[in-house]
Amino acid sequence: MVLRIRLIRREQESAVARMTVPVLSVLMALLFGGLFLFIYGAEAGETYIKMYQGALGTSYAFSETLVKAIPLMLAGLAVSLAFRMKLWNIGAEGQIYMGAFAASGIALSWGNQPAWFLITVMLLAGFLAGGLWGLITGVLRARWGVNETITTLLLNYVAILWVDSLVFGPWRDPQSLGFPLTPRFSMNAYLPTLGDSRVHIGLLIALLIAIIFYYLLNYTRWGYEIKVIGESHLAARYAGINVPRNIMLVMLISGGIAGIAGMIEVTGITHRLQSGISPGYGYTAIIVAWLGRLNPFAIIVVAFLMGALLVGGFAAQSSGIPFSIVLILQGLILFFLLAGEIFLKYRLKLSRRAAE
Amino acid sequence: MRVPIIEMTGISKSFPGVIANEDITFKVYGGEIHALLGENGAGKSTLMSILAGLYQPDAGIIKVKGQTVKLRSPRHALGVGVGMIYQHLRLVDNFTVAENIALGVSGQGFFLNRVEIEAASQNLSDQFGMDINPRAKVNQLSLGEQQRVEILKMLYRGCDILILDEPTTVLTPRETRDLFKVLRLMAQQGKAIILITHKLNEVKAIADSITVLRRGRVVGSASNQDLTEQDLTRMMVDREIIPVKTDRHRKVREAVLEIKNLDVTGDQGHRAVQNASLTIERGEIMVIAGVAGNGQRELIEAIGGLRPIEAGQITLAAEDISALDVRARLRRGINMVPENRLGMGLVPNLSIMENGILRNYHNKDFYRGIFFDYKRMRDYVNKLVEKYNVQLADINHPVNYLSGGNLQKLLLAREISQAPQVLLASYPVRGLDIASAEAVFTILQEEREKGTAILLVLEDLEDVFRLADRIAVMFNGQINAVLDVEDTDVEEIGFLMLGMAGEKVNGAENQVN
Repeated sequence: MVLRIRLIRREQESAVARMTVPVLSVLMALLFGGLFLFIYGAEAGETYIKMYQGALGTSYAFSETLVKAIPLMLAGLAVSLAFRMKLWNIGAEGQIYMGAFAASGIALSWGNQPAWFLITVMLLAGFLAGGLWGLITGVLRARWGVNETITTLLLNYVAILWVDSLVFGPWRDPQSLGFPLTPRFSMNAYLPTLGDSRVHIGLLIALLIAIIFYYLLNYTRWGYEIKVIGESHLAARYAGINVPRNIMLVMLISGGIAGIAGMIEVTGITHRLQSGISPGYGYTAIIVAWLGRLNPFAIIVVAFLMGALLVGGFAAQSSGIPFSIVLILQGLILFFLLAGEIFLKYRLKLSRRAAE
Repeated sequence: MRVPIIEMTGISKSFPGVIANEDITFKVYGGEIHALLGENGAGKSTLMSILAGLYQPDAGIIKVKGQTVKLRSPRHALGVGVGMIYQHLRLVDNFTVAENIALGVSGQGFFLNRVEIEAASQNLSDQFGMDINPRAKVNQLSLGEQQRVEILKMLYRGCDILILDEPTTVLTPRETRDLFKVLRLMAQQGKAIILITHKLNEVKAIADSITVLRRGRVVGSASNQDLTEQDLTRMMVDREIIPVKTDRHRKVREAVLEIKNLDVTGDQGHRAVQNASLTIERGEIMVIAGVAGNGQRELIEAIGGLRPIEAGQITLAAEDISALDVRARLRRGINMVPENRLGMGLVPNLSIMENGILRNYHNKDFYRGIFFDYKRMRDYVNKLVEKYNVQLADINHPVNYLSGGNLQKLLLAREISQAPQVLLASYPVRGLDIASAEAVFTILQEEREKGTAILLVLEDLEDVFRLADRIAVMFNGQINAVLDVEDTDVEEIGFLMLGMAGEKVNGAENQVN
């Protein structure tokens, strides 16, 4: 007897599977992660509990998770807009850096201006800098059909190195003892926080953008145009939609929102520009957007969970687990979540067949 | 008595919601060309996919060369000698013919024995009069030649039962003749050929025997000479085709759309339309006849605003619209049903409702403030769908759930309900079954009665003569004649389509300046 496993296409996505698959995927990931922890010689259950407590167990932990989640929310929303149009903006990282750079420039030169003014101008500058960085790609794509995946990726390096050249060079704080950072911003340039935590109003900005996106994409003419362009450029042109202009516009806004993520990071958290201001938020954002299936509210939730994973990882690290194992765990969770998607469309069928 | 090479008895196959084949008996003998005839959805493809091992039947017995077989896979079917050639050819473009032929053949070493395969391919090609060079790259071959490569592939694998699914759809008349010659030679050498088709004239021209399917059942099976075209039509559609009578005498002759000396560049950078001039009048159907690929698509797209023009002028009711974009032309009443239905005319993954407003989504009626008013949008599309009898389960389903005929009805309904001055339509009945094609014809004729100027691109001369008031013949990017339908005949148009000057052209009404 041979047991045969076959995948049968579902008539439609199963609602039960949609609930159970993500949960099972995460459990599988934890199981496999446990294997790695076991090989390393650590107690898996204990480590997971530590991670949970570190990420969500206390109100401080919870607020730290939010702090990490905010830039992921913004960058995730940013790339999701471009992805809706099947425009592969993987340059959120660079756009974050450019946004952080522009906001820092304002904060460092106009530090004595009133807070409301300074923050408004920094928000605009962050948006514009990130947006223009995205627009470079948008123009190249719209006018000459240059592949946006490549240009956005390459521009990331330019932006990161540009910020490095500033914080290692002309913008370096003379009192920093050689560390690559600018002087601390004036208090006027600090983003207001919520209560006495480190959670800042960037959270509200992210939620606001998610709500705007939801209505924009589902209820407006422009949202419809983006949807049509994403499905077919031919059909879009046939519908009278200006495809090149929309490509540029979407890259501007997508880059701009990523730029805001950079702005809130320097003004809300570090209060100075420094090397490595984003530990890859722009790349994680791509995963966030996909796992959230480009739905703005789902992106907010997924970004929060990714934040928890990150913070939980730090907690595990502090108890002696190397961070690389945390990264393995993150990778496993993503792997199982993405692989599990297949069970939304297919179901397993086991059948017995006599061996021939 | 001779033993059939293929004998299928009591074959039934159903899919969720449809019975595709019901108790079908089908016999084919070696050395014959057997046509399997039926409308779209009659179950031809399902039956042949069963024979080719792609589907397993729910019931029934298949005998190949007298042996009962259970065909588990296409590879298994090939093993007993049954090969199928699909409409969409499955060749690797930048491989040579010989490499394609060798691809997937088992029992080869790690390295390809090029010389041997090339020699074998050459032999087979010669044996069946195919004129194919085994060393040529596939992407340098015409579609007709590529199809012959597919046939070679099957022959190389030792097939002696060959199924061809609508093989002539992509072919020019000349290539069709060549293909038929090859098929005839193969039959003479004892192979059995099964031709899936819905083209009567081809069936009459080539088939030895004919089996007609209707709604998943066999209606009849006989040898070619025992059946007339009328018999076949009756068997296929169970109702006689009623020719639509329309009054072709236009009361006023008023030019609506004028094209003057138009040059248009095609996708490959070649001059697709050259110095084309044409006038279309209110309430007439002007048909562009021509072999596909002679500039028809580019001309239609240029008028619709989807393709820039290099030289010349397009005027609508005395206004020069050459420089206007798609939206501006839409506002002035130029509507268009493109050749590419799913992908240009309709967006596959968007809902039927969203597709229903694709060309007028900016209409204020669909909004409350800046937000969509989905209720009004739904009402609008529901009315559209109802009026033009588009069969659907749910307006929120993706549009690609619809059948070909319903897709086309939806597309036409959307364009027509915007009250066009000029309606452009490319191949509006291509691939549709007879009933859907009739519905489309009726819609177009009603539209003409309303006074719309209609410009159609058609491929079937029978359809051309049924619908046209005037016929413009396109060849090599040029419009080489414009003729009143009363003043010409099929033969003349056929000649002109192939670039030959017809007798009457010089004397007839000729709008080319």
